[in-house]
Amino acid sequence: MRGAIGTPRENYADLMEEVMTIMGPVMIGPSSSHTAGPLKLAFAARELFGVPIMSARIVLGGSLGATGKGHGTPQAVVAGLMGWASDDRRVPRALELARSSGLKFEVVYAPKLGNHPNEMSIDLTGDDPQTMRLRGASLGGGKVQLLSVDGFKVSLFGTFPTLIVYMLDRPGVIAGVTGLLSERDLNVAFMSVARKRKGEDALMSIEMDDDLDDDLIERVGQLRQVKRVRVMSPL
Amino acid sequence: MTGWEEEERASLSELIGAAQAHQMTLSGFMLQGLSDPERHLVEMKKRWAVMIESMEEGCSGNLRSSGGMVAGDGRRYLDYLASSKGLLDGLTGRVMGYALAVSECNATMGRICAAPTAGSCGIIPAVFRGLFESYDLEERAIHHALITAGVIGSIIAERATLAGAEGGCQAECGAASAMAAAGAVELMGGSPPAAGHAAALSLKSFLGLVCDPVAGLVEVPCIKRNGIAALHALGAADLALAGVESVIPVDEVIDAMAAVGAALPRTLRETGEGGVAASPTGRRIAERLADVTKAEGED
Repeated sequence: MRGAIGTPRENYADLMEEVMTIMGPVMIGPSSSHTAGPLKLAFAARELFGVPIMSARIVLGGSLGATGKGHGTPQAVVAGLMGWASDDRRVPRALELARSSGLKFEVVYAPKLGNHPNEMSIDLTGDDPQTMRLRGASLGGGKVQLLSVDGFKVSLFGTFPTLIVYMLDRPGVIAGVTGLLSERDLNVAFMSVARKRKGEDALMSIEMDDDLDDDLIERVGQLRQVKRVRVMSPL
Repeated sequence: MTGWEEEERASLSELIGAAQAHQMTLSGFMLQGLSDPERHLVEMKKRWAVMIESMEEGCSGNLRSSGGMVAGDGRRYLDYLASSKGLLDGLTGRVMGYALAVSECNATMGRICAAPTAGSCGIIPAVFRGLFESYDLEERAIHHALITAGVIGSIIAERATLAGAEGGCQAECGAASAMAAAGAVELMGGSPPAAGHAAALSLKSFLGLVCDPVAGLVEVPCIKRNGIAALHALGAADLALAGVESVIPVDEVIDAMAAVGAALPRTLRETGEGGVAASPTGRRIAERLADVTKAEGED
């Protein structure tokens, strides 16, 4: 920034974006790390799951586990699972509204979960019956980090349109996916691949500069060695 | 994050100097040349509306927080003030009451605008609302002042932190008070350097302030601390408007705040294990709430 004063406009544009972040977010209280953040993680889980949620098991770790109840963390998480925004006035009544809508949920307080002081995990079950486990951390200020999906390590902040590809760890699979992206002139911002063992199941997470469309997602899913595709819009 | 090169840290003094050289307010200087300045003002207008709404909700009384420690003190104080028994005059008294009300709205799961954090959300709305009511200000000036406050907050975030867990409450209520003070100076027609002095004067009075929430909840001492921190902001703004300067430049005060925050032991950084949270009464409340969690958890 030094030397930029009085000359390039972009610097003020960047600083102004920061100003808009600092003077916010608009949210249901009382805590950006214990209310708004967990809501966003649950919202991310719902997005990635992609099919109706029948039941959910939520484990609140660390400080979320120790003080979550007083911070309305269970209400926030359930609100996120129902797809509500972090400033939705229904958040305080989320538990009763979820129950009456038929969503089954269980909230467990486990002060010793993972390494991050504000870590949580969400297990979802659908009716086909599909399942998914998401682990994530609330970083403060309403910012979140997705730490793992179904046991595969990721590091996603929900700031980009994101594509998650479950695949077999074989040569050429990554090229197949990125080939489809490049055909459409879509730019990758960040990507990473995680596997549990060589040659077995792997998971690729790709954060895009551009929006993803349904046709592309379907074609990625049709690639050989690709088992499943999940997508998430910016949170 | 911000596009600033790492080795070149953001400097409030430089920004203030440039705004002054252009004979502009800090917010005006920020907005000039942006491709769509109106977008930011429209967004600030929305956030101001949320701030006012949260204040009214907090003032309605009848509040109950999940921790059970909120008692409608904003309403209580404003009623007392209205009965003309207050030691403070109308403006300062209302500012303190409003800050309590917004913070109580936050603690009771109402909708608020974090400014800069949820735990310190009462200070900026209270100071600006008080001035808006007492002086003939245009609402648009408030939207500008919110930007100026945000600039101070951005530089504090860049050079230090805005998280109580990292820097103690000086980084939350302390930062909010500095932000409110600078915005108040701009609202009252003060210069960008005066706004910088107001931020520095306010922040200096908060150095070392610990983050010690009872039971880890944003209730005690946070709510009343918002009220009193709003008074700090008004005082600092008034000094700066009178031409009083901070001997230590604002950037250096912010750096000192960062150093003090780093030196604070972990118990005094939002762990609920130090300060009043560790007092016998604080511990008793925490134990009572922990028992409730255990009884209701399905673990």
